Amino acid sequence: MMKSTLKRVMPQIIILALVLAANVLVFPGFFNIEFQHGRLFGNLIDVLNRGAPTALLATGMTLVIATRGIDLSVGAVMAIAGAVAASAVVGGAHWTLAVLMALAAGAACGLWNGLLVAIFRIQPIVATLVLMVAGRGIAQLLTEGAILTFNDPGLIRLGAGTIAAVPTPIWIWIAVACAVGLVIRRSALGLLIEAVGINQTSSRLAGINARVLLIAVYLVSGLCAALAGVIVAADIKGADANNAGLWMELDAILAVVIGGNSLLGGRFSITASLLGALIIQGVNSLILLSGMPVEFNLVIKALIIIAILVIQSPRVRHSLYLLRASTGPVLRERPKPAPRTPQEEGQS
Amino acid sequence: MAMPEPVLHARGISKFFPGAIALDDVELALYPGEVHALLGENGAGKSTLIKCLTGAYTRDGGTIALSGVEIDPRDPLDSQALGIGTVYQEVNLLPNLTVAENLFLGRQPMRWGMVDHRRMKREAREVLRDYGLDIDPGRLLDSYSIAIQQIVAIARAVELSGKVLILDEPTASLDHDEVKLLFSVIERLKGRGLAIVFITHFLDQVFAISDRATILRNGRVVGTRRLADVSQTEIVTLMLGRQLEAATHHRAHSEPGELLLSLKGFGKGGSIEPFDMEIREGEVVGLAGLLGSGRSETANVVFGVVAADQGTAELRGRGLRITNPREAIRNRFALCPEDRKTDGIVGDLSVRENIILSLQARQGWHRPIPRAKAEEIAQHYVKALDIRLASLDMPIRLLSGGNQQKALLARWLATEPELLILDEPTRGIDVGAHAEIIALIEDLREKGMALIVASSEMEELVAYSSRIVVLRDRRQVGELSGAEISTKAIVEAIAAEDAA
Repeated sequence: MMKSTLKRVMPQIIILALVLAANVLVFPGFFNIEFQHGRLFGNLIDVLNRGAPTALLATGMTLVIATRGIDLSVGAVMAIAGAVAASAVVGGAHWTLAVLMALAAGAACGLWNGLLVAIFRIQPIVATLVLMVAGRGIAQLLTEGAILTFNDPGLIRLGAGTIAAVPTPIWIWIAVACAVGLVIRRSALGLLIEAVGINQTSSRLAGINARVLLIAVYLVSGLCAALAGVIVAADIKGADANNAGLWMELDAILAVVIGGNSLLGGRFSITASLLGALIIQGVNSLILLSGMPVEFNLVIKALIIIAILVIQSPRVRHSLYLLRASTGPVLRERPKPAPRTPQEEGQS
Repeated sequence: MAMPEPVLHARGISKFFPGAIALDDVELALYPGEVHALLGENGAGKSTLIKCLTGAYTRDGGTIALSGVEIDPRDPLDSQALGIGTVYQEVNLLPNLTVAENLFLGRQPMRWGMVDHRRMKREAREVLRDYGLDIDPGRLLDSYSIAIQQIVAIARAVELSGKVLILDEPTASLDHDEVKLLFSVIERLKGRGLAIVFITHFLDQVFAISDRATILRNGRVVGTRRLADVSQTEIVTLMLGRQLEAATHHRAHSEPGELLLSLKGFGKGGSIEPFDMEIREGEVVGLAGLLGSGRSETANVVFGVVAADQGTAELRGRGLRITNPREAIRNRFALCPEDRKTDGIVGDLSVRENIILSLQARQGWHRPIPRAKAEEIAQHYVKALDIRLASLDMPIRLLSGGNQQKALLARWLATEPELLILDEPTRGIDVGAHAEIIALIEDLREKGMALIVASSEMEELVAYSSRIVVLRDRRQVGELSGAEISTKAIVEAIAAEDAA
């Protein structure tokens, strides 16, 4: 089990290693980690910390994409959640209540998407587009068009604080990813989600409750987005309805794709998506550290990502496979229960 | 007779899949003007061979010579350009375009930079006339029957390639007259000197149209025979590597047990007219009728694929409402659907996962079947049903049709159903698997399971059914039981209302 997981995510691990190595090339002190004022500092810590929103979104997005869906609304849901949390603490609520309210808002958004997709059978890309556009408007209404700042230390700690010297966002995304991963793989949910993503008709006829599963994955995606929104708001001590989570849905989708998960649904790996999120953040860091003029940032990011996707494309993979095959016998991996050989078959 | 040079000569073709040898040193020679049948059980390597010839798969060894020149097609388009055209069972054309557009797609006659529709239609009509079709090429393709679409596909393939035509199960969804029409086209093409490869599971058709046959078993050629020189039994023996047991006959059944399911006035508007049906343990109720008569619709409404909107159901005397497949499964119903690919298998999941899928769905997501247990269940059915595979971990879509069907049966048997509904359980699978599935149906019946089997194969229904319900125009028009059961009686029941 462990071994097959490792094999699955090997391409992502290699790419991440390459990206980190490139970071070291442009900035030799990249791996240096210092301990100051009870907090770990360093570029590597920054990558893990800044990557938290993308990693959270990618966790939920992986499940949605596994069902052959997509959730374009996560960026807007981040803005809504940030606005809800901010207005709650500004209104005098305890920060834990504020976070719960933000999560509830995220859950409601996810439920809405899930209902549109599962019950009304609207194509996911269209169904979630509705909230992608309208959601930001809702967030703006909540903050009344301004950046709603707050000073609640409890809430701020979620974005800028530390636990055991490690920034809180890192703990949050790792905890969420582990929780989701464990629930998915220790139960039969993973199998059922994959079945629905590969063939919804067959799955329904096999007795799988596809509707509930679909609603559930959008719900999880909404919750993940809400958490990401809270972290981003806490980090800047304010809810910026215009910019919080802007274009983040695309980074999340990209993380899932870099993770080698097919947009056509089916087999998925959350671990690979998380590595994808870290790769994206690593590329961001690389561009920053290289001191390139900011105007080049997006172009360079695009080029690097195209390169990553080309490396993972079926065509290149096939060539690599052939390269390997030509250096060794093709039938290296005989499965353990030996298949009936033609000879045996002929005699029976 | 002295044979001319072969049009296509494939030698030493080999193809390996991880863990399995799909083709081993296969030789195939096609001569101009011959119909060459390619025979073998599911999984024998027929499709793999075709895919290697057309470049859909990259072969791992061997050479292909076309008219004496060695070729190496990269993909099916390439091989088409070289001269090898292929037509599949599922017509691979665009149903929403006209016949003429389908025929000329990609090489439309142009005039001033625009498609010359009038000329295209005229030429299409001329081309199709060569194939014995007098139809309006300006109409949409899907306004014509599958047989006509099939012939359009053949015409397109031949016009584009013109040396070799591969027909992969062209007759699987055709009725008797349509097959005759298709055969007349094949005869014409034979006359034009084409070499035609004909793949089918219907042995009668092989003998009716083919000159020679190459028989594959487990990826090897076990013989090439001139059909005039051999008997059907000899061919079947070659295919199976063993003597086929005598065809199944209608045997006396043991007495059916308790009443299991009773449906009264059960139906769904627009799908199936209300009907009454009773089924007991240890009984097979056959659903007979022509295509579109309501066989599948009956099966679907009983299983809740479409919810009934009228009538009542009783399971062992207790009232029951079945509005979706999940409820049906909870009540120990099972349904093997007609279309394996779209409604049955979950292609990318492994064979093991496919087999335990329904059991898992019924247990609920929070009670996963442990890996070892899943392995054990899957292994048990692989052995019991003789499913041939390289590994339980391989995606089910890589299995051959017959083995996919058996794996689906395994999925349902694993749920230990009381009522098993089979919709066309033997469609598109080879003789060997066919006989096994029929034996399985009889075995399950003897063990006390209740079965509903919808099938277009009347002989088959006659062989295993305890009772046969005859349908016509989505309505039950008769029921036969015991000694009344015969193909003649079924046909009469179907035809009876025609007079009225």
